[in-house]
Amino acid sequence: MTLVSTLPGLLTLAALAAGLGGLLGWSAARGPRDSGSVAERIDALLPQTQCGRCTYARCKPYAQAIAAGEADINRCPPGGELTIRALADLLGRDPQPLAPEVGPAQPPQVAWIDEARCIGCARCIPACPVDAIVGAQKFTHTVIAAHCTGCELCLPPCPVDCIELRVVEAVDERLHRAA
Amino acid sequence: MASASAFPAGLRLPAHKSEALAPAIAIAPAPSQAIVSLDQGSGRAALPCVEAGERVRVGTAIGIDPETRNRVLHAPVAGVIRAVEPRVSATGTGHGLCVVIDNDGTGDRDPALEPIDDAERMPAPQWIECLANSGVVGLGGAAFPTAVKLAAALAREATHLVLNGAECEPWICCDDALMRARAPRILLGARLLLRASGAGHCTIAVEDDKPEAIAALKAAFSSQPDERITIRAVPAVYPAGAERQLLTTITGIEVPSGSVPSQSGLLCQNVGTAAAVADFAVTGEPCIRRIVTINGSGVVRPGNLDALIGTPIAELMAHCGGYRGTPERLIAGGPLTGRALPDDGIGLTKAMNCLVAASTLDLAPRGAEMPCIRCGNCANVCPAGLLPQQLQRSAQAGELEQAGAWGLLDCIECACCDYVCPSRIPLTQRFCEAKSALAAREERLRRAGDARWRFERHQARLQADAEAERRAFDEARRRARNDGAS
Repeated sequence: MTLVSTLPGLLTLAALAAGLGGLLGWSAARGPRDSGSVAERIDALLPQTQCGRCTYARCKPYAQAIAAGEADINRCPPGGELTIRALADLLGRDPQPLAPEVGPAQPPQVAWIDEARCIGCARCIPACPVDAIVGAQKFTHTVIAAHCTGCELCLPPCPVDCIELRVVEAVDERLHRAA
Repeated sequence: MASASAFPAGLRLPAHKSEALAPAIAIAPAPSQAIVSLDQGSGRAALPCVEAGERVRVGTAIGIDPETRNRVLHAPVAGVIRAVEPRVSATGTGHGLCVVIDNDGTGDRDPALEPIDDAERMPAPQWIECLANSGVVGLGGAAFPTAVKLAAALAREATHLVLNGAECEPWICCDDALMRARAPRILLGARLLLRASGAGHCTIAVEDDKPEAIAALKAAFSSQPDERITIRAVPAVYPAGAERQLLTTITGIEVPSGSVPSQSGLLCQNVGTAAAVADFAVTGEPCIRRIVTINGSGVVRPGNLDALIGTPIAELMAHCGGYRGTPERLIAGGPLTGRALPDDGIGLTKAMNCLVAASTLDLAPRGAEMPCIRCGNCANVCPAGLLPQQLQRSAQAGELEQAGAWGLLDCIECACCDYVCPSRIPLTQRFCEAKSALAAREERLRRAGDARWRFERHQARLQADAEAERRAFDEARRRARNDGAS
């Protein structure tokens, strides 16, 4: 077989490849590219603890930073491995271990106020990002466990250290594996 | 009169029921110590409303629903509460909070219990309210609160009540025994359930391999005819008695995926539940007993026992002549949908329709799991019309969304696919695990969504507060200037 006899075939294929490639590139350039919705989809996968342990102020800024390529996906301790895996799936990246500087993974927890020691100063109330603390000045406070995200932001303002965090429950190993 | 079953596939299985059905229902003696699990098998544990040391009478409330505060659990015996503590239980985790009552043998009845004579004439909501505090739950095995189901049916104006006497799973025959012995109570229960649900007619569905039960129901019916009630035989195909499958067989309506029967104007209750409702109305006694089948070749005299809730399983077995040798496995429920029990010290729950003491004779060696060969047997027998092999692939790969798209939540866990799988894949178990993983993920997302919403409201409020403060400050300054100028 000579080069001359294969040449028309090769040329046809090359022309096809170039044509289709051009078409693909054109459609990719014209297609919907909304990075805003990427940040929203990332935000939807974050646990919304609002704890700021990722070093960003809240969950949303962290999501925006990931979308902009400024932050890695392994900085959410409350989300742990599950969140990292979900983000890796969404963004087509490889899962990676939690970044050491943000601390270890945080199991689900809720704040609990020792009402015998609470002095009713109301300083923890504005600190709670999800309004899960009920109380008023000179009245004892309590945490609505169903709304508490376990962010620990109520701990620093408390002058008598009467708030502690309690782990919710041992989450089933199997669920972790399958989810 | 038997029509072909309307749902796809299913299995014809050897019944293994005749031996346990031979003797009449025996009354099991009250236990010396009752162990009443706060989770009676519905997965929703009651809150204890008694403390250790307290004295209770038969029928005294010991557990309330955490949300509605209805009295849902009652003392089966009179005596002193020994403890409210975690014990080995039949629930998923293997441990659950139980109320342990030392029986003092007096059998003192709570004086507040009174028969409800006018139940058949009571307005439906009021009658449902009574039932909500009676502790009656679905006795077919799901232990779902009957009053909740009735309230939904009433609210959605359900028209057709189906009483489930199909009892399709091998070994289990407590409903058959009940229908033979107490048919008039079931018919009374049917009328009371019609009253509560507002439904216009009732079909009592019985599998056609239970001619004695059908004859007993017909005899009771002819002495007390009611044009709203019909008795119908359905083909004996497993799982004919699964709620959705039975409703399709009886009414021809397929309850859509993701909805409940009441949304299609239907209501399904077990015949045992109907009898429990009637018992409650006649005696005033809450649901503290049930009929349970004791079966399997690991027990000396298989039979059906009318036993108090909380009776330790070991005592029930002893009443049936004890174990024959050492049983290989103790199963609550049937061989296909039941679960193995870790211990026979567990108290009887409302969900336990059958206890199988299985010897090696009953248990086919399962053998090692092998890869799926895509033979399609599972899809051929699935009564929900699913593709178990596809579900299994997705569940195995952790692709829960994909499994959901294949209809994971429509799996009724009947285990037909396990039964026919030549590779011995524990499919149903996989699907159960995937379902709970999916539910856990949904719960996490729901909680996150809730937290996001609350956080956004919190931020908006802080901003509005700051804005208001600034405006007030500006206003005060303006006024101060104006005052100074004038």
